[in-house]
Amino acid sequence: MNPFALIGRSTMNLLAHIGRLSVFTGTALAAIVAPPIYWKMIGQQIMRIGYFSLPVVGLTAFFTGGALALQIFLGGNRFGTEAVVPQIVVLGITRELGPVIAGLMVAGRVAAAIAAEIGTMKVTEQIDALTTLATNPIKYLVVPRLIAAVLCMPILVAIADSIGVFGGYVVATQSMGFSGGTYLKNTVDFATQADIVSGLIKAGVFGFIIALMGCYHGFNSRGGAQGVGSATTSAVVSSSILILAANYLLTSLLFSQ
Amino acid sequence: MTPKIQLIGVKKRFGSKVVLDGVDLTIEPRSSLVIIGGSGTGKSVTIKSILGIIRPDEGTILVDGEDITHIKGAARDRVMKKFGMLFQGAALFDSIPVWENVAFGLIQGRGMKRSQARDIAMQKLAKVGLTADVGELFPVELSGGMQKRVGLARAIAADPEIIFFDEPTTGLDPIMADVINDLIASTVKDVGATALSITHDMASARKISDRIAMLYGGKIIWQGPTADIDKSGNPYVDQFINGRAEGPIKMAVKA
Ligand SMILES: Nc1ncnc2c1ncn2[C@@H]1O[C@H](COP(=O)(O)OP(=O)(O)O)[C@@H](O)[C@H]1O
Ligand SMILES: [Mg+2]
Repeated sequence: MNPFALIGRSTMNLLAHIGRLSVFTGTALAAIVAPPIYWKMIGQQIMRIGYFSLPVVGLTAFFTGGALALQIFLGGNRFGTEAVVPQIVVLGITRELGPVIAGLMVAGRVAAAIAAEIGTMKVTEQIDALTTLATNPIKYLVVPRLIAAVLCMPILVAIADSIGVFGGYVVATQSMGFSGGTYLKNTVDFATQADIVSGLIKAGVFGFIIALMGCYHGFNSRGGAQGVGSATTSAVVSSSILILAANYLLTSLLFSQ
Repeated sequence: MTPKIQLIGVKKRFGSKVVLDGVDLTIEPRSSLVIIGGSGTGKSVTIKSILGIIRPDEGTILVDGEDITHIKGAARDRVMKKFGMLFQGAALFDSIPVWENVAFGLIQGRGMKRSQARDIAMQKLAKVGLTADVGELFPVELSGGMQKRVGLARAIAADPEIIFFDEPTTGLDPIMADVINDLIASTVKDVGATALSITHDMASARKISDRIAMLYGGKIIWQGPTADIDKSGNPYVDQFINGRAEGPIKMAVKA
């Protein structure tokens, strides 16, 4: 096969994807402001996206905070670790690890679930059925998920931040013999509002990416169970990559003075 | 009299594959038209084009004389309220109980109160021969024939002016198919609606239609009163209604 033809075709495919995604995003954003608003659907999605993600996000945050504390302690033996460990833990968790880990975990859980659900609705003509019942599928399915994800992710990350710091605290006090009071004081003195807020802004953006990718791939799934399967995979992979890329971008935007 | 639905030169292709190649079709108010044709000839695409689910590449679609080919948003929602549709696979929403499926267009599309919509849903379920306790079940708990009935109840819930049936009897046993045919014939008459159905089941076509049109090669190649179908003089129609492998229609054995 001619390599140029291959490159040409992949480029065309990529451009077509970007074009379709842009149109989809535009339609979804326009639908957010237009009535009617499906409050019940938003509530339902907040439960599914936010509440049911709590255990996964909490557990991963706890272990990440603990591992981070341990690394700094082991690697930073020569410095005054009693002050450095809590400071780096809180900085690392609130600025980077909290939002990124929560983002990736929720991407795995929620983007997959959204893509599978909407994909199934697509291939079984349930989406077409919505249209014939005078209900706009974008407003009924996509908007509630976008709103719920953008609202829930910052809350999840705020909780992940606290649990991550707590994970560091547990490891520091239990296996490094740090004093609990000093650890907390160092944490609170060192963390600034900007650290926390930047993480929460990232979280909101990640929530948008997760819901958008789930919905987009669901809506574009074709041809039965296999199509739904690959839509699910694409939703998780693309949202994870976009989260990491957006994280870099946001870090450079938010912290470049 | 203004035709209820009119298609003029409707064309649609997917990639390089031409599916509709200039479909012209007129459906009079309160008539029941059936489109027949082989699998994959574009019958569903025709219906979905009228409903705006698929955008045709060329041509015009009129409903009550109004050009709806390119309308969007609130204007389309308004026109959609004239339609009811029974999908090939019933397409029931599996996350909500049967009665809410039937009431969906009333609650979400028209903003009716749930209690009132529920009463109407139960009435419509009764009309298709289902009892009130079926209303509390979820779609996965129903057999194929019952799902079709629920789909029919949902299609007629808002007393639409126009009802579409996409292969209403495909996949049902012959007796259930006949039950569905009777239901379609009687509900269309009761509601006083205009009906457009698609099928490749000739028994069903004869029973529910007063006119038949045949889609082949992306065009309507014959149409006429149901009574004339056996003396159409069209070799394509003859081959199709008699189910013969030999004739002008060549089936691609490998897709
Ligand atoms: N959304 C779509 N994208 C691509 N091809 C499609 C789409 N919908 C239908 N087709 C193709 O159009 C042709 C006609 O389909 P359809 O109208 O469903 O046939 P039928 O007459 O059996 O209802 C088929 O070959 C089908 O693969
Ligand atoms: Mg079909």
